[in-house]
This record gives sequence, structure tokens and C-alpha cells, in this order.
Amino acid sequence: MIVLEKRPQPSRAWSLMTPVVAVVITMIAGGLLFAALGKNPAEAIGTIFWEPLFGEYAFFYRPQLLVKGAPLVLIAIGLSLGFRAGIWNIGAEGQYIVGAICGAGAGLAFYPMESVFIFPLMVLAGALGGWCWAMIPALLKVKFGTNEILVSLMLVYVAEQLLASVSLGLLKNPQGFGFPGSRNLQSYESAFNAELIEGSGMHWGVVAAFIAVILSYVLLNKHILGFNIRLTGEAPRAARFGGVNPTRLILFCLGMSGMLAGLAGMFEASGPAGQISIDFNVGYGFTAIIVAFLGRLHPVGILLAGLLMALTYIGGEIAQSNLGLPAAAIQVFQGMLLFFLLALDLLTNFRIRFAAKGAA
Amino acid sequence: MTGTLLSIQGLTKAYPGVVANDTVSFDIQEGEVHALLGENGAGKSTLVKMIYGLVKPDTGRMVWKGQEFAPPEPRAARASGVAMVFQHFSLFDALNVAENVALGMENPPQMRDLASRIREVSENYGLPLDPYRTVGDLSAGERQRVEIIRCLLQDPKLLIMDEPTSVLTPQEVDILFKTLRKLQSEGTAILYISHKLEEIRALCDHATILRLGKNVGTCTPAETTARDMAEMMVGDTLQTPTRTAAEGGEVILDVSGLSLMPSNPFGTPLKNIHFTVRAGEILGLGGVAGNGQDELLAALSGEALTPSDAVKVKGNAIGHLGPNQRRDIGVLAAPEERLGHAAAPNMSLVENALLTGAARKNLTSNGFVNWKDTTSFAEDIIKAFDVRTPGSDRAARSLSGGNLQKFVIGREVMQNPEVLVVNQPTWGVDAAAAASIRQSLLDLAAKGAAIICISQDLDELMEISDRFGALNEGRLSAIRPAAGLTIDEIGLMMGGAHDMEVSHA
Amino acid sequence: MDLSAINPVLLIASLMVAATPLLLAAIGELVVEKSGVLNLGVEGMMIVGAIAGFAVSVETGSPLLGLIAAMIGGALLSCLFAFLTQFALANQVASGLALTLFGLGLSALMGQGYVGVKPPAMATLDIPVISDLPVIGPIFFSHDPVLYFGVFLTAAVWYALKFTRIGLVLRATGENHDAAHALGYHVIRVRVIAILFGGACAGLGGAYISLIRVPQWTEGMTAGIGWIALALVVFASWKPWRVLLGAYLFGGINVLQLNLQAAGVAIPVEYLAMSPYVITIVVLVIMSRDKTSAPGSLGRIFHASS
Repeated sequence: MIVLEKRPQPSRAWSLMTPVVAVVITMIAGGLLFAALGKNPAEAIGTIFWEPLFGEYAFFYRPQLLVKGAPLVLIAIGLSLGFRAGIWNIGAEGQYIVGAICGAGAGLAFYPMESVFIFPLMVLAGALGGWCWAMIPALLKVKFGTNEILVSLMLVYVAEQLLASVSLGLLKNPQGFGFPGSRNLQSYESAFNAELIEGSGMHWGVVAAFIAVILSYVLLNKHILGFNIRLTGEAPRAARFGGVNPTRLILFCLGMSGMLAGLAGMFEASGPAGQISIDFNVGYGFTAIIVAFLGRLHPVGILLAGLLMALTYIGGEIAQSNLGLPAAAIQVFQGMLLFFLLALDLLTNFRIRFAAKGAA
Repeated sequence: MTGTLLSIQGLTKAYPGVVANDTVSFDIQEGEVHALLGENGAGKSTLVKMIYGLVKPDTGRMVWKGQEFAPPEPRAARASGVAMVFQHFSLFDALNVAENVALGMENPPQMRDLASRIREVSENYGLPLDPYRTVGDLSAGERQRVEIIRCLLQDPKLLIMDEPTSVLTPQEVDILFKTLRKLQSEGTAILYISHKLEEIRALCDHATILRLGKNVGTCTPAETTARDMAEMMVGDTLQTPTRTAAEGGEVILDVSGLSLMPSNPFGTPLKNIHFTVRAGEILGLGGVAGNGQDELLAALSGEALTPSDAVKVKGNAIGHLGPNQRRDIGVLAAPEERLGHAAAPNMSLVENALLTGAARKNLTSNGFVNWKDTTSFAEDIIKAFDVRTPGSDRAARSLSGGNLQKFVIGREVMQNPEVLVVNQPTWGVDAAAAASIRQSLLDLAAKGAAIICISQDLDELMEISDRFGALNEGRLSAIRPAAGLTIDEIGLMMGGAHDMEVSHA
Repeated sequence: MDLSAINPVLLIASLMVAATPLLLAAIGELVVEKSGVLNLGVEGMMIVGAIAGFAVSVETGSPLLGLIAAMIGGALLSCLFAFLTQFALANQVASGLALTLFGLGLSALMGQGYVGVKPPAMATLDIPVISDLPVIGPIFFSHDPVLYFGVFLTAAVWYALKFTRIGLVLRATGENHDAAHALGYHVIRVRVIAILFGGACAGLGGAYISLIRVPQWTEGMTAGIGWIALALVVFASWKPWRVLLGAYLFGGINVLQLNLQAAGVAIPVEYLAMSPYVITIVVLVIMSRDKTSAPGSLGRIFHASS
């Protein structure tokens, strides 16, 4: 019989090991899945994890890693603050969309004027848009005790409708031959979030993601606010006793994660995507939840997890075109990763012992 | 009715790091009241859980009326005639009395029949109960009645009672004892678990004494002095606190007209509470659990806010201030629940030192934590209060109850409070640690702090308080000097028996 | 625009159809939450049920087998959740999210060959004579059997929770799992069974969308109904009949906004389409004042440590 024994204190070794073990197990299980789909598992796994980094066209894929990783990391850093405090913002996708709409909208409002102030203004507008969208569940939770999980999620669907509405109306490109989408910001110099170094994939969003990682590390480890966030998640009653104001904490965590998601959306719309369109969002807001957990809600972990998840996106696309692996298989693969991680998390706090049943 | 009902032979149960029971043997005769005596942590609870089928022994056996007895689960134990009244954790607040009773029975009758049987049995034993009331609204004494009735409806041969009087007023204890004697006269054996010696001397035929999981002796309580039993239970001679009574100083804390609605639906509202505490004085507040203790602590610590002049310190109104603002002016508190309220279980002792020390010990500047100072603060506490732990980086939950409690009390005492509020400072703590915690409170008072000690342990309150009051359903009795109070007077202050006449039973 | 194109009788009849998937999923979740577990994976279990039911009924030609397969599919997926939360003691919020993310991916993978396929139709139970009655007939007596099953299930769950031993034990487990354990009830067993029941209900609800309501398969076709079902349980204060009421209310809103879209009302389509979600939020705000009826142990992890 298997017996779980609670460890006297959380195991640091297992806390570091579980994400690695989870990735390995996911590769094995993913291999089995790919085999079941009639693909060569070794080839599929190799294509996903090796090809983008060291394959023939790696020079093209490596920068993509930053491009895809940046929004994931940016959003996940924000989410991790709330998750640590037991505040569950799962509507980052919506905040990402609204941030993109506001950011791009701020830029397009000035079209075709050129000015160095336009891009910073767009950054502000994007951050503000995401923040406002996240303030809706935050204020409802604070004022009425409404469940932030459900409200933030409902707002994703609302944001998607909003996106459709502006793509077809307010922000629609007047010269777009009726296609549902805005002007392309890549050809509007003042608003274009261009690569900072040619061919590196490094744009302002990537810079923002790195800054977010560093600031969140400092916040959580050196600052009393970060301590209060962790304390609230560990023991809400002790946090109250320690003088933490739960209302302010909710507003801060949700506002912060909304702001970062909004920024991610803005950088995406003004850079790699280049425009607001009806199918602008591709689920970064949800994948970032996996990234946050895979990174153990730790800033450095999230950075690594974000890059890994970006790798599966890019590798998945390669496998899709080279091997005909369905896109959905990658989604399943990412979902499995979260499962294995959650299951293995047990080992951090418990020891597993095998005992003979009914020892008398 | 002189046969052996249950014979316990060499039961051993080990948990990681601790042997809860080590080859414990004793017999319970039919129709006797058998006491199981021991300190907190002596292994009493584990032993009765084995009898009740909740825990399986590692080695050893039990014999029930001559038959091998090894209940795989409580259902089997109940079927044999074992019933148990738990100390905690066995009632469902949101369900009504009848539903709660039904959950403890194998084949409960229809609800309507059950309700009338509950009425009948409860009147019969002098424990009146309305079967349709929601359990969450009942007093502690009434809740215990629900548990007892649940057991009685099954005609038990052996009734196990785990610390039954810790939630009762002295008058309610009298009623309980009458009920138990009536049961005994009907042939039911009772296994009575307690660490209160006088109760055992008053009620029990035989006593088995556990210390650190071992059976260290049996005695006939009526023929043994309390002192001898205490020595068997504790093992070494205790250091009793030395009270150096201070003359009443200036009034430090002044609470007047304090009323508070509880934050959770099953809490107790505080009703118009008045008291003052002077410098150098310890005010002991007794009362049965759940009569507003948690709420009073919250109102004083700043976790719950009140109109500002309901709480005054040295004449300044502070009712509107939060916990950290109160710490700034020297008002500190140590709540009852160590894990999850006074300390965060998974966080290190250093982090837990920061939890309340940040404001008063200047551990942050511009919001940035000075971890070096925080660590040395934690280590000072560990050293000064003899907290046994491998290091200050250990998680709070890895400490034993007594050591963590010393840390929690030490953390507040080391901040030189002007006012210190403690709730159940020695609950679940071994005798040596309890003595040192009480001594530290006395020392702090001697230095001129005003201390409020909320406790359910009347012996403790009599030992350290200068004045005494009791909470009852959110109201505070008149405050009286502790010296010379009799148990009857205390009982009346605590509210006597809830909702019933003592003489009637 | 032409509001007269909206036929009130058809509107009511179709709101009952629109409400049924919501009702089924929410009743399942209600039982799960009553046992003290919060499963946020309803959306994932619904979508897996939707494709499992769709695929099986297309392959076998039998809608009934499809519905059974949907229940099995939903229950299988909920097994994962049960394993994570009851045995690996994982956080229920995170595990529920994982279930939804995984379910969405899995259903997309399973549904690859089924886009654009038409499933076999489910016959309606046209009860002779009374289904021909004007107004009452089309509203109450000419629906598919699953719709009636949903109402029956509500009644059954209500009865079981209120009057049976199993219901009492389930409520007790959700109310205070430590006490239930101390009395010798198998907390984990009760919860696993509740989770499986919830999974089967959600799966059935999903299949109702893909087989009866729409009927076809598109990726992500549950479009948040699983999440609305979760909100519905809060709205209903964990009471079965109020779940039914709430489901019909939401179904009504949805059908009405679709009708308004078709009628060409001056409000842009997107704003009509977002209305069910906005209204869900409003309802949540109104209902969240009353917290007392939530099960006491909801969302807490149980581990019998001694």
C-alpha cells in the first residue's frame, strides 16, 4: 500500500526537480501520443525540441524563441504574483486583447503623424487598457466578494467580441479592401515595435519581459510587499494578523497582472502581429497559466518555462509543416505538461512510502 | 458486571519521528469509569483512535469480551458497541441536530422518528436538545450534548470521552457527570480521557497514566493524591511561576462599549465590553471556547476594526488602527491558533519573525526587508526562549507545538510591548514549556506591561492573573480580583449552565 | 428590423433546448461542489463529451450510443482531476484549469476528421395527442428525451441530497471533511464518485450541444458554457431547483439575443453576442453577497494525516 507522509518542511530539491521530471515524462507521454497518431515519436520529439535550436534553419527559429517567449513570460510574471497570493486571474487573454486594442488604437489615432512620443504613448495606453480590464474583477471582488476566476474568464469572451467589433468597425483599415483588421503598424514608423537588433528577435516586448522578471524577483525576495503576497497565499489569516490589507493586495495583484498582459498585447499588436485583427489572440493568456506553474511561480523559473513553452510552439509549427502533426497535438502536449507537473508537485511536500498492507 | 470488557495488550503505534504509543496495556472492566490520564502529546488520542478503528496499531492486540478485536474502521467498532465523543472535528455546522445524529448511526430511522427519539433520550438524561436546530448556532455545551446523544442512541457498551470538560462551564461539568454516573449505573463502561486531576478523582474508578506514549502506572484515583498523579503524568518536578505582584500602575488599556459583529457566520458577536488594564497587571479572561475569545483578540490586535474610542491606549483612541499601526504604539498580540494565524506553517522562522516584527524592530526601510536584521531577531528569540530547532531557516510547521508556541510568545515579548494580548498561551503545550511561557508573561508584567491573558485553563488563570473576568456569549462579566475567587463564583461568571437549570437535572 | 418575426412559443421551446447543456453540466458540478470539491474543468469535460459523443454517434449511427460515450468521455477526463486533487493532493483551481486546457486540446485533436460531418438526428418524443396541443404542445411535449432527462436529473439530485442517506453523507463530506473522516466515512471515495458523476453530466451536456442543439462539430464549440455552468451553481446557492431556474434564464437570454441578431435589431451583433457573459457577471455580483450557503470544505485539500 502506498502511504503519503507529510514532510516536516517542503523539499527544496524536489521543488527544483519537479519541472524537469515533468518535462521528461511529458516527452515520453507525448511520444506515445505522437506514435498513436502514426508519427515516429523520436522524430516528432526531435523536431519539436531540437530543430528550432540546432537544426538547419535554427538561425531563423532562435529569434522566434524570444518573440513567442516574451508575451508568455510577461503575462506569466503578472499571473504568478496573484497565484502566489491565492488570487486567480485566469482572464489574462482578455486583458491581453484589450491592451492590444488600446495600444494600437492610441497609435492609429495619430496616423499618419510621425513623432517619437507616439510609441511611448501606445505603451501607456496598452498597460492602462489591460489594467482597466483586470480592475473589473478586482473591484467586483473587493466590493461584492464576487469570484474573480469566473468574472475574469467571462471577460475574455467579452473582450473577444470587442475585438471583433473594433476589427470590423472602429479600427478597420479604410484601405483594407474590406478585410476585418486594422492598418498594419509595421508600416507606420512611429508606432512600429521594430526589432532593436536586426535578426535577433529582440523587440521592446522582450526588453519589458526581462525587466518584469528582474523587478518581480526583487519584489518577491527583497520587498515587504512581495513578502505580504507570499504570506497571503500561505496563510491568509496570518497575513491579516501581520497587517496585510487584503483589499489593497487584490487590487495590486490583479492590476499588475492585467497591466503586464495588456503590455504584452500591445507589443504583439505593434510588432510581430503588426495589426489588430479578428483572430489576433492565439491563446497566450491561457498558455501563460501553464508557464506560471511550470516556472513554479518563481521569476527565473517563469523565464525558463516561457522559453520552453515558446520552443514547443515553434517546434510544433515545424512538426506541423514537416511531419503533418496536427496543431491540436501540441495543445494536448502542453496540457499534459501541466498535469504531470501538478501531480509531481506532491513530492515537494510529501514523501511516498511503500508499506505492506495491514502490517499487524 | 465485573468481567473484562476490553483488554488492551501491548499496543504500539509509531509515526515518523515519534512513537505515539509504546506497548501500552491495560484492561477496562464492564461498567467502570476508567480514566486515561496524560499530558498533551502523551498518546491518549492515538490510543483511543485505535480502539475506535480510525488508526491501526503497528503491533499488539485488543480483546473485546474474550474475542479478538481489531476494527478495520469506525463502523466496525460502533457495531461492537464502542461509541466516542470527540474533542473536536465531528459535528457539521450547517446541518441540523438530527442530521448530525443520523451521520453517527449505522441504520438511522426515518428523520421524524429519529427526531422524537432524540427528544426522548435527551430529556431522559437531562440534556435537552431541539433536533431541528442548526448545529452551528449551538453553544459549546449543547454541541457536546449532540455528540453524547448520538452515542447514546446506539446503546454503547463502551463510551469514550476525549477531554469532554474542556468546553464546559463548571455547572455544565456537574450535569455531565450526573449523566455519566447514570450511564455507569446502567452498565455502560466509560473511558474518560483528561489531564484534569480533580475531575478524575471525582469520577473515575481506575486510572491508567500515559507519559510519552508509555503506560507509566495505574492507580485508584480516589485513593491517590492529585500530587502523586501529577508526578506520574509529568515525570519530573515542576517549576511553578513566581508572582511578584506589582502595585497598580497607570491605566494603559481602556476598552469601553466595545461591540463587534463577527466576520464569519458562526462567530460570536461581542456585546458592549468594558474593562481596563493597568501597567504591570495581568488580566485573566476565562470562558468556554467560542464565547467571543477570537473576536476579542481580533478587536484588540487590530485585525477587526471598531469605532476608534472603543479601544484606548494611554488615553489615545486606537479602535480604527490596523495591526501594524497598533504595533507601532506597542500593542501586540499572540492568537490562539499557532499554525495559520500566529505563524505561517510553510514559511521559515525568519520569515515568521518578520510577520509581526517588521514595524517595531525596524526590519524594513522604504519597504525593502533587511533580512540580516530579521535573521538575528529570529535567532535572538530562539535563544532567549529556548526554542528547540535545528535553525532559523526551518519551516514553522516542522516545530513541535510547544516550541512553536515559545517562538510565537517570544516574538511578541522580545518587542517590549506596552500591551500584550495572548489567547490560550499554553494550549497543547507540554508542562515545562507552559511553565516557561507563563513565567515570561509574569516577567513582562513585572517590567510594567499591561497583559491580557485569554484562556480556557482556569488553573492557569488563577496562577498568573491579578484580576479575573469571564466571557459568556460575547459579554464580559464584571472584573474581580483573582485572589479568593471560588470555583462556584467563577462558574457563575462564566455563565453557569447554558439554557437550563442545574437543579432540574 | 422585424421583431414580429420572433415567435414567443418557439422562443420558449428553444430556450429550453438552449438551457439543457447548461443545466446538465451545472447539476453535475453542484453535486461535486456539495462534496467539497471545486472542479473548474467543466468546460474541458463538456468539450470532450461533445466530441466523444459526436464521433461515436457518427461511427455507429446511434445517437444513444453517442450520448453514453459522451458520459464516459467526460467521466474519464474527470478521473484525471480526481487523481490530481484526491490522490496527488494538487491545488483544485490549478487542476481544474489544467483539465480545461487539456480538454480543449484533446477535443480538437479527436475532432480532426469530423469537421463538417452531419450526425444522425435524435428523435423527439412526440407524445401523441398532447404534443399537438397549441402553445403547450410545442413548449412542453415535443422535445428530445435528453431535455426531459435533464429535468428528471434535477429532481433526482434534489431528492437524493435532501432525503437519502447518500445525500446526507455527501453533504456532510462537503461541509466538514475532518468530521466525516472521524466518523468513519470515506471522504476520498465519496469525492471521487461525485467528481465522476460531475464529469459524466458535463460530458452529456457537451454532447447535447454537438448532437442536438447545433448539431455539428466545431473546435471550441462549448464557448464558455462550462464556465457559465460554474457561475450558475453560485447563482443557485447550491440548490438544484434554482439551478434549473437559472439555466432557463440563461438559455432565455441566449435565445433572445440570437433572435434579436436574426431580426436585425440596431444593436451590433458583437454586443448581443457578449450579452450572456456580461449578464453572467452581473448575476454573480448580485449573488455573491450571500456566502453562507457554500459548502464548508469547498476547495480545501483533504489528507488524513493520522
